Amino acid sequence: MTVFTEETRARAREIIARYPADRSRSALLPLLHLVQSVEGYVSPAGVEFCAEVLGLNKAQVGAVATFYTMYKRKPTGDYLVSVCTNTMCNVLGGQEVYDTLAEHLGVGHDETTEDGRITLEHAECLAACDYGPVMTVNYDFFDGVDPRTALGVVEELRAGGRPMPTRGARLCSLKEMSVQLAGFADEREGAVADGGPGEPTLRGLRLAEQHGISVPGFDPNTPIRSKAEADKAAEQAKAAQAAGAAANPPAADRKPAGDGAGAQQRNLKEAEAKK
Amino acid sequence: MTTPRPETLAKLTPVLTKRWLSPDAWGIGTYEKLDGYAALRKALRAHPDDLIQLIKDSGLRGRGGAGFPTGLKWGFIPQGDGKPHYLVVNADEGEPGTCKDLPLMTHDPHSLVEGVIIASYAIRANRAYIYIRGEAVHAARRLRNAVQEAYAKGYLGRNILGSGFDLELVVHSGAGAYICGEETALLDSLEGFRGQPRLRPPFPATHGLYASPTVVNNVGTIASVPYIVLGGADWWRTMGTEKSSGPMIYSLSGRIANPGQFECSMGITLRELIELAGGMQPGHNLKFWTPGGSSTPLLTAEHLDVPLDFEGVAAAGSILGTTATQIFSDQDCPVYATYRWLEFYHHESCGKCTPCREGNYWMVRVYRRILAGQGTHEDLDTLLDTCDNILGRSFCGLGDGATSSVTSSLQYFKQDYLDYIEGRTAPKLSDKQLVGAH
Repeated sequence: MTVFTEETRARAREIIARYPADRSRSALLPLLHLVQSVEGYVSPAGVEFCAEVLGLNKAQVGAVATFYTMYKRKPTGDYLVSVCTNTMCNVLGGQEVYDTLAEHLGVGHDETTEDGRITLEHAECLAACDYGPVMTVNYDFFDGVDPRTALGVVEELRAGGRPMPTRGARLCSLKEMSVQLAGFADEREGAVADGGPGEPTLRGLRLAEQHGISVPGFDPNTPIRSKAEADKAAEQAKAAQAAGAAANPPAADRKPAGDGAGAQQRNLKEAEAKK
Repeated sequence: MTTPRPETLAKLTPVLTKRWLSPDAWGIGTYEKLDGYAALRKALRAHPDDLIQLIKDSGLRGRGGAGFPTGLKWGFIPQGDGKPHYLVVNADEGEPGTCKDLPLMTHDPHSLVEGVIIASYAIRANRAYIYIRGEAVHAARRLRNAVQEAYAKGYLGRNILGSGFDLELVVHSGAGAYICGEETALLDSLEGFRGQPRLRPPFPATHGLYASPTVVNNVGTIASVPYIVLGGADWWRTMGTEKSSGPMIYSLSGRIANPGQFECSMGITLRELIELAGGMQPGHNLKFWTPGGSSTPLLTAEHLDVPLDFEGVAAAGSILGTTATQIFSDQDCPVYATYRWLEFYHHESCGKCTPCREGNYWMVRVYRRILAGQGTHEDLDTLLDTCDNILGRSFCGLGDGATSSVTSSLQYFKQDYLDYIEGRTAPKLSDKQLVGAH
């Protein structure tokens, strides 16, 4: 158990302190990221470490570690290259990208190149469909890749370079990334500021800006009605209705007061009935 | 590219996305200059019950897919029960096609943090968690940075802005499991277990995190809160439709000229969205699309004018879901698309419920057979029968969602299946690929 230093133990204590005192098990996922940051994967020693610091048994920890895709069960490379092959990226060319990399690197899914540089995997939807096909290196995005650009990225990685992701921060190693996943700040100068929004992200905004469109009527000083005021308003509305004022049409675009609550109640009833 | 018509442009409602144009809006300095934390100051002067009423009045419904009324959910938290309350933000974005929460957290993380503080104050929670998808590393970087900045400014921690209200907020990274986007699986995961869904009732409102009253809300839902607090419920309802109020971020991907995020008044149609996105790509004609991710039944070119709000999409036989509109053309094969989604559900099934675990496993194999040109007519009945046995027979929606594209593609595109089976379409998968598929 010498692989885990006092520094790791101090970090483990820090992680556990984030959760209520009698709920330390909540720290298990970040702790598994932490042991992965030391060894590059969750080894039997890593499982034992988590079990020890949380007072669990190894089977309890192992059951959790094997459930989640991001915990690797054998040594990984410095860079995890994940190619999205879910439907959208797939039809846009992601499968071709994956196949090309697999052939070029001579490895399959969840396998590592002999030089220990790159672990390749095909990934499920990475939540960047507007940039498809995408791949990530240690989870930072390379957008709109094709077989040629993807090969360029992995070749640079193998040559010891660190290509800049399209969005996201400059690359670090998978072990360093696992420290962040354990919940610690990215300490690299300027890394948090890296990566502005890409054009697809801003598409609707640009259109709105270009055509001078904004949502009218926004007044940040609109008061929050207190319950007493709301009750009073409701009573007044009732009285007004009794007085025959109901014929007054609501202001343009505004929905009649009280309409929403009814819809919500109905919705709740429907939801309850479904259960 | 043709310019969209003015009446279509008028459906754009930049609210939650607006700060993304300011390059440094992820930092607290810029955020504060752009109305940031003004809603918090205002909210802390109000009674928590009045905030719950405000959200009820706004008609805000959950942005994670189910569309449950948010104010009602908050109102379910029993008050004065002596138990700790929790707010948990579901930031485990992973529904195929969905890509709106990640940019929000990356480019405007403080709006989520501010929403968390206001919501926690309303439901009287002193601890909140943001459970963020593990792979979303840059969003998590920015979010952790924002939380740190908020603590330093006294927006989090003890006695926030002198109000006497305390809140601890932790950003908790997941580890790669789609199922953890399901709220009860998320809670199990946050408690340090395998992410598997719980039987309901009891609901999280009474027995959530650590068996205590818990509100679980999506990122977009919570990020909406500061705007409603500032602008008021009536202003919020000027956007959207009567039962689906407010703006919504529609994520367009696929065979359109300009894919991306479009925040629009709820109830916009796909025809209008495609217009905003510059039309279809040259040479592509719309064939099928998902209104809200791969768990929502496919729609076709017949549904271009369906209002994309909760009611409109339901009436068309699908679900609004996460408003992730994945757009496919006549050059894409619905059978292959469905097969690839099924590989996903098979991989992501947590294994708790037999119908989902076994059903998806077998359906993937049937699809591989069909796509390799070895399918039979009977296979189509087998698929429908399997869907019958999964739908409504699993603890959570993952199983239900898996069947959506199968049944809807068989409904609209049976001919495409028959073309593989009867040899008119060349096999899409070779035997080699059959071996390679995991």
